Amino acid sequence: MTQPVSPPRDSTDKVPQIPLPAWRTVMVRADLRTLSLLGVLTALIVIGGITKPDEFLDTRNLQLVLTQASVIGVVTVGMTFVITSGGIDLSVGAIVALASVWATTVATQEYGFAGILFTAMIVGVGCGLVNGLLIAYGGMVPFIATLAMLASARGLALQLTDGRTQIVTVDGVLDLGERDAYVLGVPPLVIVFAIVTVIGWLVLNRTTFGRRTVAVGGNAEAARLAGIDVRRQRLYLYLLSGLCCGIAAFLLIILSGSGQNTNGNLYELDAIAAAIIGGTLLTGGRGTITGSVLGVLIFTTITNIFALNNLQSDVQQIAKGAIIVAAVLVQRRTASTT
Amino acid sequence: MPEPTPFTNRFTSRRGMLFGAAAVSAGTLLVGCTSNDSKDEEPAANDQPAADDKPGKQVTIGFAGPQADHGWLNAINDNAESRAKKYSDVTLEITEGSNDTAQQIGQIETLINKKVDVLVVLPADGKALTQVGLKAMRAGIPVVNLDRIFNTPQAYRCWVGGDNYGMGLNAGHYIGEKLKGKSDARVIELAGLDNLELTKQRTQGFDDALKNYPNVKKVARQAAEFTVESGQAKMAQLLQAQPRFDALWNHDDDQGVGALRAIEQAGRDGFLMVGGAGALAAFQAIKQDNGVLKATVLYPPTMAASAIDLARALGQGKGVGGLAEYEIPASITLYSAVVDKTNVDQYMPTGFK
Repeated sequence: MTQPVSPPRDSTDKVPQIPLPAWRTVMVRADLRTLSLLGVLTALIVIGGITKPDEFLDTRNLQLVLTQASVIGVVTVGMTFVITSGGIDLSVGAIVALASVWATTVATQEYGFAGILFTAMIVGVGCGLVNGLLIAYGGMVPFIATLAMLASARGLALQLTDGRTQIVTVDGVLDLGERDAYVLGVPPLVIVFAIVTVIGWLVLNRTTFGRRTVAVGGNAEAARLAGIDVRRQRLYLYLLSGLCCGIAAFLLIILSGSGQNTNGNLYELDAIAAAIIGGTLLTGGRGTITGSVLGVLIFTTITNIFALNNLQSDVQQIAKGAIIVAAVLVQRRTASTT
Repeated sequence: MPEPTPFTNRFTSRRGMLFGAAAVSAGTLLVGCTSNDSKDEEPAANDQPAADDKPGKQVTIGFAGPQADHGWLNAINDNAESRAKKYSDVTLEITEGSNDTAQQIGQIETLINKKVDVLVVLPADGKALTQVGLKAMRAGIPVVNLDRIFNTPQAYRCWVGGDNYGMGLNAGHYIGEKLKGKSDARVIELAGLDNLELTKQRTQGFDDALKNYPNVKKVARQAAEFTVESGQAKMAQLLQAQPRFDALWNHDDDQGVGALRAIEQAGRDGFLMVGGAGALAAFQAIKQDNGVLKATVLYPPTMAASAIDLARALGQGKGVGGLAEYEIPASITLYSAVVDKTNVDQYMPTGFK
């Protein structure tokens, strides 16, 4: 209720017209929400550094955290677009599973690196296409359409594998996960994540496509009257989410060396949570890629700190829940002061 | 619009839980006499049937199991089918696997109505299927309960299943013996899904075994989810958290594929790894002996073949060959043998994909 519905809030022409000292204006422009997320992340880094200085503040650990954030991070970028448009995609985890399983079936592995990469992307886009058609042209509620996709994609993934783990035998693929593939100390997975993030940010904030996405999420009817083809826009958004899932599936294949029908388990909830914590409105009309990525990094860092301190999963669950609540509360506080 | 609630019930509602249950068993503890010596075990793929091999009276065995959504359950089905084919006097009526309780009850009731001579049931959920087990027994059809145990012994004539506590125990003893004489030895544990009883049993057995070795200390334990993805993620963190350790016990060979990948990516060695379950990939890695994986503790899918043997013996009113009793036993707990380089060839045929 605190947000304006329509134009992108990140754009500088919408700064509140209250006279502020110059330094505060800069801060407001940088977006207080983002700053509060950065604060949470910094606090976590301090906690990690205090509790496990040797293990946490280690280059390898930084590489590890970023690598583990990459797969879910790419999914979250796609999810941010969908949620910004007022939709939801519950099928992301299942699409990642299906894409990873299909891309690693024995027949595909004969076609080598490109075969795996393209199969993963095509399966992701294909599932996104079905989602998009059902929602945009079939008039189905996104929640239901993607729930159906969740069930059937998981089922198909199970059928393709018979529950077996498809181990990757194509060398070029696995090499990308090895240490000697790092570019200036950055793992290739992280580079892909970074590229997807930058493209996602540019598209959402600097293109007509991005503005249309926000407009559709803010008020679909108004967007339609303004001449936006709302249906086609929605179709593209689910395609985009599917494509991100395909890329994520490929990253997961590199990371785990296999495809399994259990891959991407509960990614939908992780991605939605990261986007919401980042400041994207679940009701649509406002989305921030930076916030989503920070949300993913916060979760991955929490998991990392817990594991380094050997906390058990029950403690991890409780603390994770508490941190979600805290992050959203802090965000509400900062939002109301702007 | 309905709003999903992120991160609630993160573990309670997962598919992975079913998966985990499928991977191993929700079986109860029937630990009697688990020897610490693992080397001189009988082969798991013993081709000698439990009852005598001479063709006898025709027996129709009904088999109902859960959906084969995991390598281990596929192996269960294969074992049951191929063993039934060995007998000219056995007809196997096999239902399509299902994880849906109502559907599985329906399938078993159909088998009861068909008046099969003996039932072999691997329930998706032992507790939920107890009633239909009772129903079969009351109808005069003896039930061989496979792995996931019914709530009451009245619901089955014989139970055959695996030993989760024994897996932990034998893994602990194997590691303890290997690290004997090494002062301040450090061990870590990559457990399975933590909200499953069987995971707690495996950990308990492991901890109990390690108590025999004062020089060995368990320094870390993280729970994964029986999946490759979770195995990779949790192991990567464990490796970062523990710059030095001497042994690792991983509860499940499927998540072990991910764990081994994390170990490879971190470029770590200098420790010994013991797996669990008995997957073919694990056996092959043990045989090649060029990595950290040196052994795996069995949870043998061959129990399905044994269940067919016992069902046939039940149908023909026989005892078990080699035992003095006239009847088959009331329960049989399989031994969680340790498979390492010395005996891997023997077990290779039982490895599941």
